Amino acid sequence: MQPKPEQYSFDFHKETAEIVAESRDELNVRLGEFAGPLDLLLYLIRQEQANIFDIPIAKITDEYLNYIRLMKSLDIAVAADFLVMAAQLIEIKSRMLLPRDPLAEAEEEIEDPRKELVDRLLEYEKFKAAAEMLYERTTIEQAVFPRGRIESDDGNSEISATVFDLLTVFEKVLSRHKEEVTMEIQREEISLADMIRKLKERLKMIGEINVGEFFSELDSRRELVTAFVAVLEIVRVENVLLVQRKTFGNIFLKGQKEG
Amino acid sequence: MAQSAEAKEQRELSELSSAVEALIFVADEPISTRLISEVLEEEKELIESVVEEIARSYDERDSGLQIRSVAGGWQIATRTELHEYIRKFLKTRPSAKLSLAALETLAVIAYKQPVTVPEILEIRGVQSASAIKTLLEKRLIVTKGHKETVGRPMLYGTSREFLLHFGLKDLSDLPSIEDFEDLVS
Repeated sequence: MQPKPEQYSFDFHKETAEIVAESRDELNVRLGEFAGPLDLLLYLIRQEQANIFDIPIAKITDEYLNYIRLMKSLDIAVAADFLVMAAQLIEIKSRMLLPRDPLAEAEEEIEDPRKELVDRLLEYEKFKAAAEMLYERTTIEQAVFPRGRIESDDGNSEISATVFDLLTVFEKVLSRHKEEVTMEIQREEISLADMIRKLKERLKMIGEINVGEFFSELDSRRELVTAFVAVLEIVRVENVLLVQRKTFGNIFLKGQKEG
Repeated sequence: MAQSAEAKEQRELSELSSAVEALIFVADEPISTRLISEVLEEEKELIESVVEEIARSYDERDSGLQIRSVAGGWQIATRTELHEYIRKFLKTRPSAKLSLAALETLAVIAYKQPVTVPEILEIRGVQSASAIKTLLEKRLIVTKGHKETVGRPMLYGTSREFLLHFGLKDLSDLPSIEDFEDLVS
């Protein structure tokens, strides 16, 4: 048998607390393997080898706050849920420091300020174990291959789509639509040859053309460019002159008498 | 032929067994005992025992295949031990697994369903919005209407896909959450 390929992104049993910034995570933060504040707290308690029913709250609170400071120093945005837990820990810590009310009756059961937290931790721990079970089941399931699909109408994914699939597709279509830039592109109305012909005809008719006036007749940028090039062309090839009678005056296109 | 009552009676058990095996083979998804019994026009109890007999025969001859019960039906699949050969042939790697956050959220939904987002937050101590989105996209969970309380929050539960993905017969196939309590302590 070949060695097993490296395939898992995390290990449930790993006890290291390396700090990783995981930007795609829901909280923009992931402290090593910690899925949330309760997870981190459980880890710290286990690190201290403390009894969960008798949490050394001062010590654990300090360590918890250290982690949060570490996260901040690493420029990781600390998720609100982690801060909420920090506040709760500090509150419990301060309540533990308060002396007992000497007037309270001796028999009266004073509830441990830690009790609510312990209950939550115990409840959470069960689901963490259940998550681990699901993880292990995935590993087993990924080693089982059912028969490949047989071509049939029933298996048509178009038919077996759920409402959720439709929504996903609809979203995609919408976003694609947004990306489409509508742009009207006009065809070139007049070719260079046509423009030259037009100029020549007019020259024949009226002898000279005020170039400025001719340009102002045209409306599109494209036509203007074509006209400009046509003027240059006609001067180059034909027996035509550009005349400017005074400085900054109008420029005329003037046909020369056939020499 | 097979439709007539006498022919059916005469049909030998071996032929029935072959037919059952063939149906399990061609079914794209786990096929239920009820569906097999409808197609072959036989009692469900008989079909059940025939399937179990086929499954046993696979085990006895150390077949590379197995017949297993998953998501309320029967499925023919390869044996787990052989996955390395199969992967080498298919040139595939195991697909990406769910994140820790998604797995925890899924565990809460599986055991507490139907459950709302605030209830999940209460147990996990952390927002689960993106995990829920991932699970919905992977079709492991489905919405189960609204809870009739203030704000009518959306209820979530696991899907059939969930059973398939984790190779569960049905939800009762999950170990009970109290078992984890013992495990933890």
